[in-house]
Amino acid sequence: MTGHRNSIIFWGGVAVFLVAVLTMTQIVRNEYPFFAGYVILQFIALAVAWSILGGYAGYVNFGTNAFFGVGVYTAVALFKATGAPLVVQIAAAAVVGMTLGFGVGLLTLRMRGIFFSIATIALAIIIETFVMNWRFVGGAAGIQIQRPPVMAPFDSYVKMLFFVQAILAVTAISIARYIQNSKVGRGLQALRDDELAAECTGVPTLKLKLIACMISGALISAAGAPAAMYLQYADPFSAFNLTYSVSALAMALIGGTAHWIGPVLGAILLGSTQQFLAVTISSEVNVLVLGIMLVLFVVGAPKGIIGLLRPRYRLRAGGKP
Amino acid sequence: MFSIDLLLGAVVLGVLLGCFYAAVSVGLSVSFGLLDVPHVAHPAFLVLASYGVYQLNESYDIDPLLAGLAITPLFFLFGLLAYRTYHETFEKRGSDAAVRGIAFFFGIAFIIEVLIILQFGVDQRSVTATYIGKSWRFGEMRIPIRQLVAFAVALTLTALLAVYLSKTFMGRAIRAVAQDEEALRLMGANPVRIKQYAFGIATAVLGIAGALLIIVAPVEPTLDRAYIGRTFCVVVMAGLGSISGTLIAAIILGVAESIVLTLFGASWAPAISFAMLLGVLAVRPQGLLGR
Amino acid sequence: MKRRTFLGGAMAVAVVGHGSSAFAQQPPIKIGMSMPQTGGLAGGGKASLLGIEIWRDDVNAKGGLLGRKVELVVYDDKSSASETPAIYAKLVDVDKVDLLFAPYATVPTAPIMPFVKQRGLLLMGNFSFQVNSKVGHDMWFNNAPWGPADSWAASFLDLAQKAGGKNMALLTADQEFAQNLALTARDVAKKRNIPVVFDQVYPPNTVEFSSIIRALNAAKPDIVYVASYPPDSAGILRAVNEIGVGDNVKIFGGGMVGLQFAAVMSNLGSLLNGVVNYNTWLPEKSMYFEGTKEFFDKYTKRAIEAKVDPLGYYLAPFGYAMGQMIEAAVNSTKSLDQKGIAKYLRENEHKTIVGPIAFAADGERKETATLQAQFRGVKDKDIEQFRSPGKQVILFPEKLKTGELISPFEAARK
Repeated sequence: MTGHRNSIIFWGGVAVFLVAVLTMTQIVRNEYPFFAGYVILQFIALAVAWSILGGYAGYVNFGTNAFFGVGVYTAVALFKATGAPLVVQIAAAAVVGMTLGFGVGLLTLRMRGIFFSIATIALAIIIETFVMNWRFVGGAAGIQIQRPPVMAPFDSYVKMLFFVQAILAVTAISIARYIQNSKVGRGLQALRDDELAAECTGVPTLKLKLIACMISGALISAAGAPAAMYLQYADPFSAFNLTYSVSALAMALIGGTAHWIGPVLGAILLGSTQQFLAVTISSEVNVLVLGIMLVLFVVGAPKGIIGLLRPRYRLRAGGKP
Repeated sequence: MFSIDLLLGAVVLGVLLGCFYAAVSVGLSVSFGLLDVPHVAHPAFLVLASYGVYQLNESYDIDPLLAGLAITPLFFLFGLLAYRTYHETFEKRGSDAAVRGIAFFFGIAFIIEVLIILQFGVDQRSVTATYIGKSWRFGEMRIPIRQLVAFAVALTLTALLAVYLSKTFMGRAIRAVAQDEEALRLMGANPVRIKQYAFGIATAVLGIAGALLIIVAPVEPTLDRAYIGRTFCVVVMAGLGSISGTLIAAIILGVAESIVLTLFGASWAPAISFAMLLGVLAVRPQGLLGR
Repeated sequence: MKRRTFLGGAMAVAVVGHGSSAFAQQPPIKIGMSMPQTGGLAGGGKASLLGIEIWRDDVNAKGGLLGRKVELVVYDDKSSASETPAIYAKLVDVDKVDLLFAPYATVPTAPIMPFVKQRGLLLMGNFSFQVNSKVGHDMWFNNAPWGPADSWAASFLDLAQKAGGKNMALLTADQEFAQNLALTARDVAKKRNIPVVFDQVYPPNTVEFSSIIRALNAAKPDIVYVASYPPDSAGILRAVNEIGVGDNVKIFGGGMVGLQFAAVMSNLGSLLNGVVNYNTWLPEKSMYFEGTKEFFDKYTKRAIEAKVDPLGYYLAPFGYAMGQMIEAAVNSTKSLDQKGIAKYLRENEHKTIVGPIAFAADGERKETATLQAQFRGVKDKDIEQFRSPGKQVILFPEKLKTGELISPFEAARK
C-alpha cells in the first residue's frame, strides 16, 4: 500500500507547488524570475514529455523541435484567425500534436529504433518547410503578435504564462508518473529491454508505442503553444530550432530516464545552468558546457542523476512472466 | 518555364551534386550502416576536416585535395580513438547503448563546433585552387569545374571503398563482423579490433570528403547541423551499409533537389528529399538496396 | 521633475567634489544589451559590439556621462529570438540598467519590442529592419541607414531603369530579412509596371546554385535583384561566375547580405566585380565625417585581438554612432530621463561618425542613407585592397555618390 501513500505525497507536492507558484505571481514584483522560470518550466515539460517515448520505450525522438514548432504555429494560426484565448490555443496544439504523433507512429514505429529517430528528423524538416511557405502565419519572415490584455488575478502576462507553463509541466509529470506505474509503462519498459521477447509474451507493442508517441507528441506541442505569446513573435527558425531536440534529449538522459523525476532534475539542472551561463559567461563556452555535460553524464553516469543519487536504483522490472 | 533543355541541365547538375552527397555520406554508411554506431557527430568531423584543409591551404598553399589526403592519417587515428571510447563506455554495457550513444556523439559534435569557433572564429571560410570558379563548356551548357572535380573524386572514393570492402581480406572481415559478430569471434578473430579499424577508415575518408565540402562551397562552424539530415537520409535510403546503394541514393537525392530547385519552387526542395526518405522508410524500410 | 533635480544635484556634487577623473565614487551609468556572439549572426554581432565598446572607452576617457563612468552590460542571445525576452527582463529588473541598446538584427529584436513599449523604455535599434512598423513604439530609434521601407528596392530599381532595365528577376533567401526585402521589391516593381519574370525563393542551406542560376537565365531578365544571406551570397556569385547570366542583364545584386564582411569579400575576390549591392559605410571620400578616421584607426587595432571582422565597415561605426547619439542626448538634457532623451533624439539632427542622422516618427531614418555601390577592380585573396577607395564605387544616394554605374553586368565584370 506504499503506492497509495506515494500518491498522497505526490498530489500533496503538486498542490503545494502550484499554490507556491500562484503566490509567487501575486507577491514578487521583479519580472525576471518569471521570464527565466518560464523557460525552465518549459524545458521540464519538454524533457518529461520526451522521456515518455524516449526513456520508457527507448525510441529516440529527434523531432522534439517538430512537435514544439507545431505547437507554436497552431497557437499562432488559431490566434490570428479567431483570436482564440490561450487555453484554447494550448488545447488545440495538444490535439494537433497528438494527431501528428499518431501519424508519425503509424508510419515509422514498425521500424527499428534508429529508423524512427531518422524519420523524426525528416519530419521536422518537412514541417518547417511547410511553415516557411505558409504566408498566413508570416512564412519565413516571421510574425509579430500583439498579446491580448492579461486576465485576473495576474497583473502581467508573463506571470500568467509562468503559471500556465507550471500547470503544463505538472500535467506532463502527472501523466508520466501515471504511465510509469501503469500497465502501459510496464509494457513499454518490457519492449525497451527486448522488443522481440515482449512481443512474444503477448505485449501489444505497436499499440503501446503508438499510445506513447501520441501522448508525448501532445505534451510537447502543448508546452510549445504558449511560446508564441511569450515571445510575441514567431519565426520558423526559432520555433523549429534543433536546440529543443538536443536539450530535451540531453536533459532526460542527464537526469535519468528510469523514473519521471529524472527528466525533471535534468531539466532543472541543465535549464538553470543555461539561464545562469547566458547572463554570466555569455560566449561560446555556453555551448561547450552543454556538450561537456552531455558527454560526462552519458559516459560517467549512465543512469543519470537519479542513478548517482540512488546507486542501487533498479529499473522497475517490467513484463514479468 | 518548363523546357527539355532545363530539365536535362537539372539532371546533369543533380548527378554531380548527388555524387558529392555520396562522398560526404559514404563514411557514415560504414560507421552507422555496417557498424551500427549512431554517429551523429559524423558531419561535425566532416566540417572539422574542412577546416583542416582550409588551414593547410591558407598557410602553405597546398591544393585542397592534397591537403585532404594529408589529413586522412590523422582522421584515421581520431576514428580509432572515437570508436574505442564508444565501445568501452557503451557497447560493452549493453542494452540502451544506442540512446546514450546518440547523446554522446551530440555532445562531441557540440564540442567540435565550439573548438572550431574558438580557433577560427565564426566567419565562413573557403579555399582557393585553380579549378574553383571556372566552368567547362559543353554545348549550350556550362558546368562548374569544382563540381566535376567533386564528381570524379567522389566516384573514385566510393569505388575504392566498395572494392576494398568486397575484395580485400580486411574488407571482408568488416562485412562479416557487421553480419555475424559471434561467428567471427568463434573463428578466432577479434571483432572489436576489426570494428575499430573499420571506424578508423570511415573517419579517414572524411579527410577527402571534407576537402570536397570546402571546394564545393564555403564552410562555417555550425554547418554540420545541415548535414545531419542529408547524410543520414542518404545512408538509410541506400539500405544500411550498402556502398553502391549509397551512391545511388545520393544521386537520387541530388537529382530530386536539383529538379525541384530548377523547375518548381526552390523553397520546397528540402521537403521533397525528406518526403522521399519518409516514403522509402514506410514502403521499404530496409532501403533501396538493403542488406 | 523631482528626480531630475536630484540627479542634476548629484552631478554637480560629482563635478565640484571630485573632478572628472575620479568618477569611481559615483555609481556608473549602465547600458544593457544582448548581442549575438554565437550562432548565425555572431560575426556581425561581435563587430557591432566592438564599435560600441570603442565609444564607451572614448566617452569614459572624456570623463563619462554626467560625470559618471559608462559601463556596458552585455549578454549573448545566441542569434535566437527565444533568448532575448529573459535577457532584457534581467537587464531591466535585476541589473537595473539605465539605458537599453537592441541586439544586432531583426529576429532577436522582434520579441523585445512589445516589452519596451509596455514598460515605456527607450530602445536604440541596431540594424533591425521594419521591426517597429506594427508595434508603433515612440521611443525606438534605429541606428541603421535604411530609412523608409521601400527606399531600398526603389534606389536599386532607379539605377536599373536608368540603365535601361525593363523586367526583373527576383532571387531571395527563405529567411526573415530577405523576405521582407522581397516584399518591398515586388511592391515597387508593381507600382512602376516592371514585370517580374522570375521570382524564386530558395531554402536555407542550399548547397548548389548552378541549377537555380540556369533557371534564372532561362527567364531572360535584365534586372536581377538578389536578397541573400552570407553563406548563400558566396554560392550564388560563384555559380553566376561559372554559369554566366547573359549579356542582357543590366544590373545584378541589391540585397546580398554577407558581401559587407571582410572574410566573405576576400574569399570571393574578383567574383565580386560588377555586382551592385547595398552597404552602409565604405572608405570612399564622401563618407568621412568628424571622428570617422580616428574611429577606424582604433577599430583596426582592436579587431585583431578581438578576432572580429578586420574591416568592420558594415556595423561597427553605427554601433559607435548609437553611442554618440546617446551621449549628445544625455549631455544636452542633462539627465537619464528616457522620455527626455527620446524627445531630444526625435527633434534634433545628430552629428555622428557616419554622417548626420535625423529620425522620422517611426524611429527610422527620415531619409535613406543606404548605399548602393558597385564592386570594381577587385583582386583575389587580398583583404587590404578594400581599405582603399574605388573598390566599391557609391552610386546612390546622390549626396554621397562617387561614380556612375557601369552596365551591362558582364561589361562591368571585366
